[in-house]
Amino acid sequence: MVTLVLPRLISYEGAARRSGYVVERNAATLSRSYWLVMISGFLEPVLYLFSIGLGVGSLVGDLTLPDGRVIEYAAFVAPAMLASSSMTGALSETTFNFFGKMKFRKLYDGMLATPVRPIEIALGELAWAMARGNIYAAAFLVIMVAMDLTTPARAVLAFFAAILVGFAFGGLGMALSTYMKSWQDFDIVVSVQFTLFLFSGTFVPATSYPAALRWLVEATPLYRAVDLIRALTTGSAGWFQLLDIAYLLAALALGLTIAGRRMGKLLLK
Amino acid sequence: MFYVLEYYLINYRRVWRGSVLSSFILPLLTMLGFGVGVGAYVTGGVEGVPYLDWMVPGLIASTALQVAVGESTWPVMGAFSWDRLYFAQAAAPLRITDILDGHLIFVVLRTLLSSAAFLAIAAAFGTLHSWWALLTLPIAALVGLAVATPTFAYSATITVDSYLSILYRFGVIPMSLFSGVFFPVESLPLVFKWVAYAFPLWHAVDLSRAATLGIAPAWSTAGHLLYLALWVAAGWLLALRQFRRRLVL
Amino acid sequence: MTLIHARGLVKRFEGFTAVDGIDVDVQPGEAFGFLGPNGAGKSSTMRMIGCVSPPTGGELRILGMDPVREGPKIRARLGVCPQLDNLDLELTVRENLTTYARFFGIPRKVARARADELLDFVQLTERADSKVEPLSGGMKRRLTIARALVNEPEIVLLDEPTTGLDPQARHLVWERLFRLKQQGVTLVLTTHYMDEAEQLCDRLVVMDAGKIVAEGSPRALIDRYSTREVVELRFAAESQEPFASKLDGIGERVEVLPDRILLYVEHGDEAVAEVQGRALSPAGVLVRRSSLEDVFLTLTGRTLVD
Repeated sequence: MVTLVLPRLISYEGAARRSGYVVERNAATLSRSYWLVMISGFLEPVLYLFSIGLGVGSLVGDLTLPDGRVIEYAAFVAPAMLASSSMTGALSETTFNFFGKMKFRKLYDGMLATPVRPIEIALGELAWAMARGNIYAAAFLVIMVAMDLTTPARAVLAFFAAILVGFAFGGLGMALSTYMKSWQDFDIVVSVQFTLFLFSGTFVPATSYPAALRWLVEATPLYRAVDLIRALTTGSAGWFQLLDIAYLLAALALGLTIAGRRMGKLLLK
Repeated sequence: MFYVLEYYLINYRRVWRGSVLSSFILPLLTMLGFGVGVGAYVTGGVEGVPYLDWMVPGLIASTALQVAVGESTWPVMGAFSWDRLYFAQAAAPLRITDILDGHLIFVVLRTLLSSAAFLAIAAAFGTLHSWWALLTLPIAALVGLAVATPTFAYSATITVDSYLSILYRFGVIPMSLFSGVFFPVESLPLVFKWVAYAFPLWHAVDLSRAATLGIAPAWSTAGHLLYLALWVAAGWLLALRQFRRRLVL
Repeated sequence: MTLIHARGLVKRFEGFTAVDGIDVDVQPGEAFGFLGPNGAGKSSTMRMIGCVSPPTGGELRILGMDPVREGPKIRARLGVCPQLDNLDLELTVRENLTTYARFFGIPRKVARARADELLDFVQLTERADSKVEPLSGGMKRRLTIARALVNEPEIVLLDEPTTGLDPQARHLVWERLFRLKQQGVTLVLTTHYMDEAEQLCDRLVVMDAGKIVAEGSPRALIDRYSTREVVELRFAAESQEPFASKLDGIGERVEVLPDRILLYVEHGDEAVAEVQGRALSPAGVLVRRSSLEDVFLTLTGRTLVD
């Protein structure tokens, strides 16, 4: 699906190169305070892992997976933390930061006076967000391996899955941003994000929810992301995970299509 | 001072809907998603009470923290760096302490408001074991003030808002996660246990929990209150110093 | 070759028409101006020429290309200095130029060399490593102009290049733009300052309410639509109106403004003598040469800056 949509959006020579220039611009802004923000971004899921995985884990004890295997609570929660942090990272870069650059700092107006096109800005920003997110994901997986919550081979697979999750949410986030009118709208984004974080089978298996809620939850992107990464890190991946992958790819394609169209409309009036 | 407070109250009348979401609905969802969800798996309960009942008072205190810090970060920094509200106030016949205290009182009222709403929900879920639970409100106000004052000082010092994200990630989030809201701090390794004791939030959590469960706190009540008061006083002095630096040229 | 060619160009937004069918031709090497008050449609025209705003109707070709289909190719050869500086506040002065050069695909090394050259040109070398925020308005403007030159453009678009600057900063900007013109760069600018138009433009169009109301060189426009000199009279009274009738017959035309009366005449001093001969004693008398302001007033009955 992505291979179907992408070429149409960026069918112009040098699009990748020009998206790269947008990434370069972001890299040039890195300052000391930014490094601190980056390090702290990595710290967040680790703190959650220690607090919920280990702290609350000591109250919960072990957990029985739907396939009957028993794993410790931290091994259950950790992949969900990874999926959620991929989501949060991608969304914060593509909603909050993106919106600020577009509406308030008028950064893209300057860029658009050059050969760079709206969709190239979008792709550049997405690539930049992903570069950051991938470093976090890799570091988190290293910690998971060190804590014996998964094996190195599974972690490598989960790493690629985390990249996909980031891209999917990044695409959705960018599409959402083009509909935002003011900062107040972001309260809603944050709330939805937090609700997803709480109910996407993150802390307890979705099978423990009431049936109606369970079906709703299973249709959300974060649940699919959690399901995919958890299956990979706990080694229970099967054919069902192909559905997760297809779902996330579709989300990415949808997000980018909408974002590309809407940005053109918003910026080129 | 009351004119300053009045300004914030009038302003709040315009934007209160947005704050209902962050200061009330989200904690409620946390209670449902986490407290009820995970609670079902904590078979033995904690310290003899069901997990949900055990967690709710912690969540009330922690929500007070979130609201108080939230109102002390971007709004304070913005009043210096963006809309320059404080400078406008300083040009009126107001003292620096009026400007600072007026805003602080508003923050405390906001904190109280969301805590009260949360307490009502907690009561509806039958998680409160005692009438002492009403005391969670003054406790919430106190911890709100204890974190708001130093945060005011911090927000008055910085000029780049990425430092606010740093405050959240190195201060607010670790504090919320390791102050005994979700699990007893006693299960932490020794060093972290003392870090948790140093957080103002833990003291409020312990007091609130004692209040809603109708038991004695783990520490002496006076000790808790004194420690939180210390944060208020030190934070207030720091904030006043920074406000003076920025406003009196 | 005509660099910019527009016929019946229209830009309509929801509910109102910003540009209402204008014809424009800009030749290589000339400095072309759009003169008109705020809201005349100058900026909308500039955005269409800058290929960031698709025309609603009419024909527009820039460098012989269609701005809608070949935007990136055209923009690669344009330099744009927008009305409001949109410099990158997170970067230093020099980085603003080098990263911007990268958007045009200019190699890093070349970009650095060109940035240094341009900083020298706009006299900002000393501030090269400073952030943008603390710069004065004039400095920011000069940096924006330098940024517009980073790709060695064939046409430079300047939207209100000196609006909001103090007189000293304006003259510095004018002087730099004049140097560019001498180097053979084609300049297209909008302004609501008649002195700016007179100083910089070889040819200009006067715009009002989305339409072009006159076209020519500043000199030709003044010759055609105004007299050689103007006498400005200020009377110390609530209203200038009652004095107007007493000035009948002096000069070619009388224009009454809220704070003064303008007499359009060939010889100012003679007219002043005649005014004094009628026993009128204005509080202020000023004789000056006709300007584009007077052209605009004649054409539209309104002043440029209000």
